Amino acid sequence: MLALIRKDLQIEFRTKETLAALLLLGLLTLVVLSFAFDPTSELRGEAAPGALWVAVIFAGVLGLNRSFLAERENDCLQGLLLCPVDRGTIYLAKTAGNFLFMIMAQVVIVPIFIFFFNLPVAVGLGGVFLSLALGLLGFAAIGTLFAAISVRTRAREVMLPLLLLPLAVPIFIAGVKVSGHMLAGKALAEVTPWLNLMGGFDVIFLVVGWLVFEYAVEE
Amino acid sequence: MSAAVIETRALGRRFAGVTALHALDLTVGAGEAVAVFGPNGAGKSTLLRLLATLLRPSGGVLRLFERAVNDGGAAARRRVGFLSHQSFLYPDLTPTENLDFYARMFRVPQPPERVRALIERVGLTGWAHRPVRTLSRGLEQRCALARALVHEPELLLLDEPFTGLDVDASDMLSGMLRETHAKGTTLLMTTHDMARGFQVCRRAIVLARGRLVWDGSIAGMRPDDFERRYHELTQPPPGSALSPQPSALRTSS
Repeated sequence: MLALIRKDLQIEFRTKETLAALLLLGLLTLVVLSFAFDPTSELRGEAAPGALWVAVIFAGVLGLNRSFLAERENDCLQGLLLCPVDRGTIYLAKTAGNFLFMIMAQVVIVPIFIFFFNLPVAVGLGGVFLSLALGLLGFAAIGTLFAAISVRTRAREVMLPLLLLPLAVPIFIAGVKVSGHMLAGKALAEVTPWLNLMGGFDVIFLVVGWLVFEYAVEE
Repeated sequence: MSAAVIETRALGRRFAGVTALHALDLTVGAGEAVAVFGPNGAGKSTLLRLLATLLRPSGGVLRLFERAVNDGGAAARRRVGFLSHQSFLYPDLTPTENLDFYARMFRVPQPPERVRALIERVGLTGWAHRPVRTLSRGLEQRCALARALVHEPELLLLDEPFTGLDVDASDMLSGMLRETHAKGTTLLMTTHDMARGFQVCRRAIVLARGRLVWDGSIAGMRPDDFERRYHELTQPPPGSALSPQPSALRTSS
């Protein structure tokens, strides 16, 4: 599993294609949304968590779409499937790689988000990152599975969001709620049910993905 | 006869209602080199993908190394190498990085030493640290052979390995395959190039329309004689859409 994650990181640090796409689209979305609200309006603060998660979703879908493209070139996915490794392990490694790329992008995007939405720097930042970590784990878990399915289809750029987004809606709602509460300076205990929901979704999606990935990549 | 490396009984595979391989009975012993001939759509690649455990059979029994493949094939895959006309190499990584990755996936002991030895064996020392994307087709196929051999497989499956190679590169690959076979590796190779098949293998099977239509030794046989027999065996049945139509055969006077 570590060899597979290492290989994905090696390719990404050489080409920088996925990280660049994640960062550019995430930042562009935030910039556009920040100009949609009056800087003095209270609404700007209330809309901030939603704007952050819209950027996360757009950038995430783009990154997930790319995650199996490297495996398509030279039919490398077949090479992977020839290895004496359980297919579920391949799924977990690809999910871990996608999660790492999305988290890396957020490390850059979140400070810029705070700047554009004129938010207090220290308030609830840990909680925001916790919600992003839990949300992105579930997003990567279900997105990796659907990316493996959609990469074989002709209209894969359209197919992935169509399959992925409806199922990931509970994660986004919980992410927006947790981020909103944290940015408003409320206690973490107030959002425990939302965090439990996200954790539950992560576990369910990871287990389902691990179990069915074999059938998703089989002809 | 030596221990059976491949044993199939009534092995079949269907794709969306179309039967690609019909009830195939085949036994290949350890150390044999077998060429699989057949026209396009005969089921050659399907057979190889079944043997590589990339496909599940729709029916019948597949035994590799005298064990039924019923666990998804992970144990068997450790002993099988697969070389296709696609290299399975990551274009943005170098040959060394690609081989190191596959060596680790196959849990080869001391990957760096194994990779260095393989790079030398296939003559890629000067290109070891250049991205695969920049290599010629011949060099890439040499690297693909090294990838297929990285875990020292007992059975090497070759699916049209000479596709896209020039004469020199084909000669080199042919020599490497003979060398690999001489070391005791069992080979099963699909190819449209009969001369190459005769160079590497001593037994051949012919598939036509998903069925095994000929199986025998080609040692001492002339490729031309075999080719005539091959055309008789693989000709579509009269009246089928693929058989030559009288109008197509008529010559102008």
